Amino acid sequence: MDDKPERSRRAGGAAIEGETPRNPSAGEREWEARVLQPTLEKSPERLSEFTTVSGHPIRRLYTPADVADLDFEREIGFPGQPPYARGIHPTMYRGRLWTMRQFAGFGTPEDTNQRFRYLLEQGQTGLSVAFDLPTLMGYDSDHPLSEGEVGKCGVAISSLADMETLFDRIPLADVTTSMTINSPAAVIWAMYLAVAEKQGADWNKISGTIQNDILKEYIAQKEYIYPPAPSMRLVIDTFAFGVERTPRFNVISISGYHIREAGSTAIQELAFTLRDGMEYVEWALRRGMDVDEFGPRLSFFFNSHNDFFEEIAKFRAARRIWHQATRERYGAKNARTWALRFHTQTAGCSLTAQQPYNNVVRTALQALAAVLGGTQSLHTNSLDEAWALPTEFAATLALRTQQIIAHESGVTNTADPLGGSYFVESLTGEVERGAWEYIEKIDSLGGMVAAVERGYPQREIAEASYRYQMAVDRKEKIIVGVNEYAGEDQPIEILKIDESVARRQNERLQKVRDDRSQEEVSRRLQALRHAAEGDANLMPLIYDAVKAYATLGEICDAMREVFGTYEEVAIT
Amino acid sequence: MAEKKIRVLIAKPGLDGHDRGAKVIARALRDAGMEVIYTGLRQTPEMIASAAAQEDVDVVGLSILSGAHNVLCPELVRLLKEKGAGDVPVVIGGIIPEGDIPGLKQAGIAGVFLPGTSTQEIVDFVRTLAQKRHAENNNS
Repeated sequence: MDDKPERSRRAGGAAIEGETPRNPSAGEREWEARVLQPTLEKSPERLSEFTTVSGHPIRRLYTPADVADLDFEREIGFPGQPPYARGIHPTMYRGRLWTMRQFAGFGTPEDTNQRFRYLLEQGQTGLSVAFDLPTLMGYDSDHPLSEGEVGKCGVAISSLADMETLFDRIPLADVTTSMTINSPAAVIWAMYLAVAEKQGADWNKISGTIQNDILKEYIAQKEYIYPPAPSMRLVIDTFAFGVERTPRFNVISISGYHIREAGSTAIQELAFTLRDGMEYVEWALRRGMDVDEFGPRLSFFFNSHNDFFEEIAKFRAARRIWHQATRERYGAKNARTWALRFHTQTAGCSLTAQQPYNNVVRTALQALAAVLGGTQSLHTNSLDEAWALPTEFAATLALRTQQIIAHESGVTNTADPLGGSYFVESLTGEVERGAWEYIEKIDSLGGMVAAVERGYPQREIAEASYRYQMAVDRKEKIIVGVNEYAGEDQPIEILKIDESVARRQNERLQKVRDDRSQEEVSRRLQALRHAAEGDANLMPLIYDAVKAYATLGEICDAMREVFGTYEEVAIT
Repeated sequence: MAEKKIRVLIAKPGLDGHDRGAKVIARALRDAGMEVIYTGLRQTPEMIASAAAQEDVDVVGLSILSGAHNVLCPELVRLLKEKGAGDVPVVIGGIIPEGDIPGLKQAGIAGVFLPGTSTQEIVDFVRTLAQKRHAENNNS
């Protein structure tokens, strides 16, 4: 498709249709004529156009003329108050720092349990589970398609027994856990809740997050199982279950992270993520739910990429858009529905395999942007992640990076330190308007599910990703140590996960299958299959199956039989 | 005689859904004048080997970011031989630890490309491999 709203945005002088033309003050005009022009004549600028990493043009200088239209009280306001441009808490990090939540998972549940307990000892304040690909795709470790993948890019979880081991000696009543799981989110969440119950933790009090964002799987990360409609039904089932049974759990983390990693621009990341959020709200409303009941349980997840100010503008714009959308589109009245809470991860795709220590610096800058953008929790990537999953040394350094920002840099002393900057406010407005254009385009296609089925966001991202790669190949965008300043690389130590993990995992799984009541498992899977054919909430049936030690693969298969599976039309 | 058009199969084996790299490479090869067949996601080595043999491609390019390369690559090379397409070179790109590269080459992988490689470098490498194969086929 050839609509590229982000290309039509001009920050650099030319007036945009329907916008007030820039009207510089007499002082600015005089500076331009008497100071700037002679300088430009003597020494021209390095480039004819300066752009962000997303290709968004940036002006030479921002002045009061760039924010002349801005209504301070209405559009910027105060922290903890609509439109939340300055953050969702009145005292921001003076009250409480963000949650330092390092994503971890590899090998067997024992291996990851050990890493979790180590990270908690080092001062990490929340857990975040990375699952391996078989788990993410709803296959048991001993499925033929799991060969070579078990425990490789996350921990292998095939049954409740594995989940019990994963959280052994970790009190779920006290720690909050984020789980990056999507298609099989309901099953993995049921396992987590079963462990919490066994530990005696109160479901009314436990907190954490399941990613559960299937739309961005179709758009970007491609870990889908079922077609969109039954997938959306499962998501809304978890919303309804959560509202009733686990009021403090975040039932979804609507994610732009993977959209950005797939190569989108910052504006696309923002627009597609927020439009995904609106799609979930609309499906839940159609189910008869109350926006102010489930709205406060929705959380978001963004990428923090290299372009410092563009990222800060994106985070600030996100809050403003969500406030406007929930209020105007869905009539939300609860301030907790309006306030967009988000997790951030620094950009994995910005890390380089070459000169890996440079990644520490990139990650620090990206983390700083997330903090200046007002994030609620943060994952900082490790220096070795363009090679493999992080070693303990690299993961610790990444956590220390956050601790240095929190305790040494001073940026936590005041809320929204960059609020009021001519540049940041101007860019926030541009990013916001660019995102709304995309959101309206997707509305016009009939919503996000319809847009995904037509390949619209997928194509927009592929275009942006190719454009960026070409800019790198032509050295219009410089990556230090890669297309400029390249040199000898020192090899670094990396984490190795061998095939013995799969063997050990399969032995455990066999034991689970041997020890359980097969009859009970079959009965509960049959009940789930039957319910899937109707429209009952499937969460309680999944929970029952999990408790009988039905495996992840068996439960997902029961639903595959009813829902079928999804195949995308590949776009290149 | 006009030079024979180079045919390349770009494949995503295993469960990994990260297709940014595969798509960028497919497009760069196409922009360089090659005919590119993209398998789409989640192909088994068996499916890829069959497609390579049936489509009579000159080069197979794999994209793997999941860490499963040490299992999937040797399996594909074996299956290509089994299907009489053992002369089709296989290249791989993705998240590949440096220590795994000698083993992959020993298993018959013609080239390993790490993050940060320019598309031009890959285009040139693929073209050289394909031209070599064309020349060998003409001589035999």
